[in-house]
Amino acid sequence: MQANEASTDVVVIGAGPVGLFAVFQLGLARLKAHVIDILDKPGGQCAELYPEKPIYDIPGIPGCTGQELTDRLLEQIKPIEPVFHLGEMVTALTRTSDGKWRVDTDAGRVLIAPVIVIAAGGGSFVPKRPPIPGIEAYEGTGVFYAVRKIEAFRGKRVVIAGGGDSALDWTVNLAPIAQKLTLVHRRPEFRAAPDTVNKMRALEAKGLVKFELGQPSDLKGSDGKLDAVVVKRPDGTTFDIATDALLPFFGLTMKLGPIADFGINLHENLIPVDTAKFETSMPGIFAIGDINSYPGKLKLILSGFHEAALMAQAAHRYVHPDKVLRFQYTTSSSELQRLLKVA
Amino acid sequence: MFVTVRMPDGATHRLEALEGWRIMEVIRDWGIPIKAECGGACACATCHVWVGEEWVGKLVPPSAEELEMLDGAFQVDERSRLCCQIIMTPELDGLEVELAPESLADAPPERMVVGG
Repeated sequence: MQANEASTDVVVIGAGPVGLFAVFQLGLARLKAHVIDILDKPGGQCAELYPEKPIYDIPGIPGCTGQELTDRLLEQIKPIEPVFHLGEMVTALTRTSDGKWRVDTDAGRVLIAPVIVIAAGGGSFVPKRPPIPGIEAYEGTGVFYAVRKIEAFRGKRVVIAGGGDSALDWTVNLAPIAQKLTLVHRRPEFRAAPDTVNKMRALEAKGLVKFELGQPSDLKGSDGKLDAVVVKRPDGTTFDIATDALLPFFGLTMKLGPIADFGINLHENLIPVDTAKFETSMPGIFAIGDINSYPGKLKLILSGFHEAALMAQAAHRYVHPDKVLRFQYTTSSSELQRLLKVA
Repeated sequence: MFVTVRMPDGATHRLEALEGWRIMEVIRDWGIPIKAECGGACACATCHVWVGEEWVGKLVPPSAEELEMLDGAFQVDERSRLCCQIIMTPELDGLEVELAPESLADAPPERMVVGG
């Protein structure tokens, strides 16, 4: 087996609150889990969309933020020792010849397990794509949603669009190496950290950054080679900025992504499941949390927690068909307490 | 009370709205495919609409937080609002909004080239 291949009991797709609590429930059933998430941190929507926003409907927790809930879940599952693969997207899910499931990620990782748990919420977080006709033709050649190698932009003319931390951070980091860097934003205020904004303003004063008020409205170029970004000013007039690269930073949005190609039955981009095991149309593949649907479904974190607990019971039967899972309480079971490292 | 929603493809829907409901909730609960990813927490900008010109001045002005979140939307102008921040009142009976393309749910599955 190669270094990037592993076998485990369960692969959990999605490290949001429901995926994390699934790890806990699987752990109580003595099942080991690997967790994959496209974000570079656990927490899913709670960590990405509303880390600072309050949540008031978690049982037993009168109030906490999205990040606090994530941190508490990570603390809770720490003794279970899950293996995280962050910043990776699942690209394929296929049946192996011996009846297990094989998960491939875009990082070249291969995981083999008898049980798959899809806890992917609204799908994969991917960069928002500006609604400019034909922008796809430039992606990877002239339009980039992330900077993988800073050196790729040395000596280039670069336009960065947006007003958040990503836009300002990369403005500050790329300005010294780009031939010319233009920051385009729709208003003179920025969401980004004030310190970074100050750094950008200092670079602007030195002539290393040009700030333009407006929004990208069109692209000019041919055969995937970008020549210019057309920018629309607040008054509706437009102007061109000659450039080699456009970096749009407008945050992330959720797309179902390759899950649609796994062969699992979908209904309106949700995965129908039964309400006893939360199993999909494919045996051994479960779907819990916001991504599933069943009569009466409510998209609440607590619903996903309940689904995780029942799923774990059924998952145990797939991993250990010859064993009976003894139902125990953490309050009274010394075995579970040892597992949780509290006894 | 009704609101009219124009979709990116030009189709329009006249939706009955209840007082106190967020316009995002009205659109969502009538089954119109609106992303509204954060569920109304003013945290994602995927319920971006353009309100009809004559309605701009009749709405409660956007908060600083809403203006910040609109930085994550596209083709933003003075008619732009996050419709999770518009609460239905009798004065807004007849409100017209156009859903911005990026707020339309159910985009076909695709892979994006991300790196650079």
